[in-house]
Amino acid sequence: MSYEPVLLRRSAGAAPGAPPVGIGAYRDDGGYEGLAKALTMAPAEIIEEVKASGLRGRGGAGFPAGVKWSFIPKESDKPKYLVCNADESEPGTFKDRLLIETDPHQLLEGCAICCYAVGAPVCYIYIRGEYVRQAEILESAIREAYQAGVLGESVLGKGFKLDMRVHRGAGAYICGEETGMLESLEGRRGQPRVKPPFPAIIGAFGAPTVINNVETLCNVPHIIQRGADWFAGIGTDERNTGPKLYCISGHVEKPGVYEFPIGASLDTLLEAAGGMLAGRALKAFIPGGASAALLPADKSHLPMDFDNLAKAGSMLGSAAVVVMDETTCLVRSVYRLAKFFAHESCGQCTPCREGTNWSQLVLGRIEKGHGRPGDAELLVRMTANMSGTALCALADACVGPVRSLAQNFRPEIEEHINSGRCPLPYRRVFEETA
Amino acid sequence: MAESARRATGLPEDVRSAIAELRKHYPTEEALLLPALHFAQKHWGGWLPEEAILAVAQELQLPAARVYGVVTFYDLFHQNPVGRHRVRVCTNLSCALRGGNEILEAVQGRLGVRENEVSGDGKCSVVEFECLGACEQAPMMMVDDEYHGRLTPERARRIVEELD
Repeated sequence: MSYEPVLLRRSAGAAPGAPPVGIGAYRDDGGYEGLAKALTMAPAEIIEEVKASGLRGRGGAGFPAGVKWSFIPKESDKPKYLVCNADESEPGTFKDRLLIETDPHQLLEGCAICCYAVGAPVCYIYIRGEYVRQAEILESAIREAYQAGVLGESVLGKGFKLDMRVHRGAGAYICGEETGMLESLEGRRGQPRVKPPFPAIIGAFGAPTVINNVETLCNVPHIIQRGADWFAGIGTDERNTGPKLYCISGHVEKPGVYEFPIGASLDTLLEAAGGMLAGRALKAFIPGGASAALLPADKSHLPMDFDNLAKAGSMLGSAAVVVMDETTCLVRSVYRLAKFFAHESCGQCTPCREGTNWSQLVLGRIEKGHGRPGDAELLVRMTANMSGTALCALADACVGPVRSLAQNFRPEIEEHINSGRCPLPYRRVFEETA
Repeated sequence: MAESARRATGLPEDVRSAIAELRKHYPTEEALLLPALHFAQKHWGGWLPEEAILAVAQELQLPAARVYGVVTFYDLFHQNPVGRHRVRVCTNLSCALRGGNEILEAVQGRLGVRENEVSGDGKCSVVEFECLGACEQAPMMMVDDEYHGRLTPERARRIVEELD
C-alpha cells in the first residue's frame, strides 16, 4: 500500500507510551512552517485555501471547516475566539487522544493558523475532564511554544498576538455539542443553546467563535504547507477529501487508530487491524461512533466517507468503527448505547429526556426476555418522535442505533420476544481464575 | 476587582492563588467555576463538601445554587465522600464486547463494594463509567488519573490490591 500517513507521520512508528514529539523534533520535521507561511498570507486567502481543500469537520457533523471560518464577521467590536473541541466522548472514539498524546504541536499549529485566519487573539482547548495526562501534555507543549515565541505577544515575530489555554471539562458527553461546550466553558451546566444565533455570530462570552474538532485542526497546517489541491486529491471525491483517522475497536485482533485516505472500507480496516478476533465471522458494525446506525456485515465493502455512509442510512460521524462478531447480541449492544444516551441527556428537551430513557427501558425488557409483541414497532414510533425535535443532536444520536436495530435487525428482536429470552446469552470473555 | 480588595473566603490560599493566576485569561468570573471546582475538589480529598461549594461560590461571587447546579451536572464532581483512590471501570460498548462487565465485577468483588460505595478501609470507591476514549485498550479502567488497559479480571484485581 502506497499511502503515506499525514496526520500520524511523526507518530506512526512510536511505541505506546512514548513521550510526545517535542517542539525541537517537530520543527526539524518541518513543523510550524505551515504557520510561518500562513502569516505571510492574507487571512482571507487562508480561509479560501481551507475552503478549496474541501476539509470537512472530523468531530461528527462534517461541516466544511473553511465555510465555518468564513461566517466569522470581519468587523467585530468584541474579541473573537477559537474553541478547539477536545471533548472526545463519543463511545468508540479515541483518535483525538492519540493526536494529543503523540504530536501536540501539530494541533497547536492548526489552532494558531485558524486564529490568525479569523482574527481571534484567544484560543481555548476544551478537553474532557478524564483526559488528565493529555491536558498536561498540551499544557507543556503550550509552554514550549510560548518559550519559542510561537505563541504569545508576537507569533513567530510577526506581530500577531495569541493566547492559548487548556480548559478542562468535568465529565459530560453533551459538552462535545458545540453550544453545550460554550456553556460549560463559561462556567455553567453544559446545556445546548437555541440556534440561531450560531456560535460564529454569538459564541463564547457573546462573541464570534469558531469551534473545530482536534483532528480537523490538525489537518490545517498540512493544507497550508502542501496546498489545497494536494489535499483535495486525497479521498473518494471532491466532497470527501483528505486523510482520515479511523478508530477500530471491538472484535478485532489489533484495535487501534489507522490512517487512510477518507473512504476506506471496513474490509480495508480489518486487513490493517489483523482481521476479526479469533477468526470469527462479522455480524454487524457501527461505522461512526455510538450515534451512527448499525450496518450489517454485507456493507463491509462500502467506502466509509460522509456521503457513502449517509446514503447507506448511517454516518461517518467520528469514524469510530465498532466491530461485532457472530456471537454478539445486538439487542444487548444497542441497549448499552441507549443506556449511555439516557445517562448523558442534559434533560432540557422532553423528547430527548423521555425518549432516551424509554429506549433504554424497552430495549432492557426485550433483552431480559420480557419484551412484548409490537415492541419493535414501538421503538420505531418512539424514534420518529425524537428525531429533529430537540435543541441539539443528542436525541438523534440515540435514534441512530435504536432505529437501525428495530428496522434492519428486526428478526433478532422478534426472537427475543417470541422465545422470552436472549438467544445469545452473554459468553464470558475471560476464564475465571479466582 | 483588585486582588487586595478580595475578602477572605473559605478557600485555602493555594487554591485562591491558582484561581487568581487564571483570572487574567478569562473575560468573566463565572468561567473560572470549573477550574475552581477542580482545584477545590483536589484540596478536599476528591469530593466537594458543602463548605467547599460555599467557599467557591463566595470566591467567584456566584449564588450557591448556581454552583450546586454545576456540581450536580458533571460526573467528575462528587458531593459525597469517595475513597482515597477512585476506580472508574468502562462498560460502554467497545469495552463490554471485550469483557468490561467482568472487570467491573472482579474489581467490586475484590474490594467488597457495590456501585458508589467506599471500601471499609476508605481505600477505594468504584463506579461503572461511560466511554473513557481508550477503546483500543479495551477492557480498561481509570484509577485516579491513570488509564489501565488490556485488562483481565486477574490484572484488574491485582491493580486495586496494590493501591496503598
